[in-house]
Amino acid sequence: MVSILDIIGPVMVGPSSSHTAGACRIGLFARGLVDGRPDAAKVELHGSFARTGTGHGTDRAIAGGLLGFLPDDERLRESLELAEEAGLALTFTNTRLRGDHHPNTARITVRRGDREAVLVGSSVGAGRILITQIDGFPVEITGAYPTLVFVAHDEPGIIAAVSTVLARQGHNIASMRVSRHHKGGEAIHVYELDQAATSDALEAIRSISAVSKLRSIPRVA
Amino acid sequence: MFESLVEAVEQAEARRISLGELALEGEAEEGLRSREEIEGSLLRALVVMRQAVARGLAGDLKSVSGLVGGDAAKLNRPVGPLAGTVFTDVLASALAVQEVNAAMGVIVAAPTAGGAGVLPGLLLGLAKHRPVPDVMLVKALATAGLVGAVVAVRASLSGAEGGCQAETGAAAGMAAAAGVELLGGSPTEAAHAVALTMQGTLGLVCDPLGGLVEVPCVYRNATGAAIALAGIEMSLAGIRFPIPVDEVIDTMGEIGRTMDVRYRETAGGGLAATPTGRRLAKERLVQLRGKRQ
Repeated sequence: MVSILDIIGPVMVGPSSSHTAGACRIGLFARGLVDGRPDAAKVELHGSFARTGTGHGTDRAIAGGLLGFLPDDERLRESLELAEEAGLALTFTNTRLRGDHHPNTARITVRRGDREAVLVGSSVGAGRILITQIDGFPVEITGAYPTLVFVAHDEPGIIAAVSTVLARQGHNIASMRVSRHHKGGEAIHVYELDQAATSDALEAIRSISAVSKLRSIPRVA
Repeated sequence: MFESLVEAVEQAEARRISLGELALEGEAEEGLRSREEIEGSLLRALVVMRQAVARGLAGDLKSVSGLVGGDAAKLNRPVGPLAGTVFTDVLASALAVQEVNAAMGVIVAAPTAGGAGVLPGLLLGLAKHRPVPDVMLVKALATAGLVGAVVAVRASLSGAEGGCQAETGAAAGMAAAAGVELLGGSPTEAAHAVALTMQGTLGLVCDPLGGLVEVPCVYRNATGAAIALAGIEMSLAGIRFPIPVDEVIDTMGEIGRTMDVRYRETAGGGLAATPTGRRLAKERLVQLRGKRQ
């Protein structure tokens, strides 16, 4: 269903809902993966992002998102300068990603201290985004919900253990997806929640021995 | 919420309520947000639209590439045959918002950033000539939202998918319905205004120089708002478009689906592919790339 607020909105810094607002949200999601402002980010722009991104402020929008600015924050205009002041080392390059990707796609490698993450995200229209890869695992995340992402050994009982923790903390799961590279290897788990997970819930999930690389990403849309 | 504007109009007429009221009720019934929250979001949109019009009319903005800016202010003191009328204020307001957008200012995507000038241009241009309370403008925005939602489902709101008819064309249809409601017209008159407006934007291509939301987008927002004014004027005069509005919207979708890719935001055809269009785009993009390094 299409909400009238999807049509009259978002409030955003121009000039393009896909190249600016959506790009900012991809940057915000990348920031969420390392739980704060990265020290360094390598941004690779693909397709239309590479071709017309500069004129649309796509680079500034992604930098702004990495700094934690929302799509309606006027500081997006100066975000490249602000990133430099803040000590966020940024590089932008144009690339041609292999495989099937939406024309408005970026791959972002972020590092903050000893945390590192690589995401591929697309801006799919009207400011909406879809994160399609995290650390090489295929995912489908819209950023419209607080999201939990973690990697786990592919063994029985993980989903039950995690959903028990979430239920105990009163968290409602809006959607859940698990994908793995091969049987018995590692799988990526993605939970979209109605509210952001509490620190108690995160602690309990982290203590499950098969779980690693737990990230809690705030909603970006 | 609604997949047919014809059905929405039937319901609104049967219940003797406006399309805006119907849209607000329907949205609240979805249960995601309360009526208060929905009206609050639309009021915030209205405030941002007003600020954008004022910002653009100040006349000192330049777009990111430098290709556009400062034209809205030229209509502050118009000299043409329609000087001092609603018409020039609608044009000026639409240009103003789109110039703000091109300069990375804050706007409300309605339905997209590329078509963001049409709706506020029309509503705030009208409101300049007949003071209306914010609550009525909020309801008019809800009406526009309903029309846009139907277009999103039946056709498209993306220039990359359907050309400019899906962006400024859809925005003009939305603005026409909102304008009729603001002027006290009926839901039926609103629907005919949408049809009379969108028949005039069918086939409109998306051909921005260098792929940037600047030329012709800024000007096309103004002409989009002008076409919406024409649709409103004809509908309120009692003119009825013979093809039902849903079918006009479907036609826009069908034309979009068969439109050559050169005319869908790729800068491969239309004005973008003219000798001057190519030259300007090349000069500006080279400068911008230089800035980034």
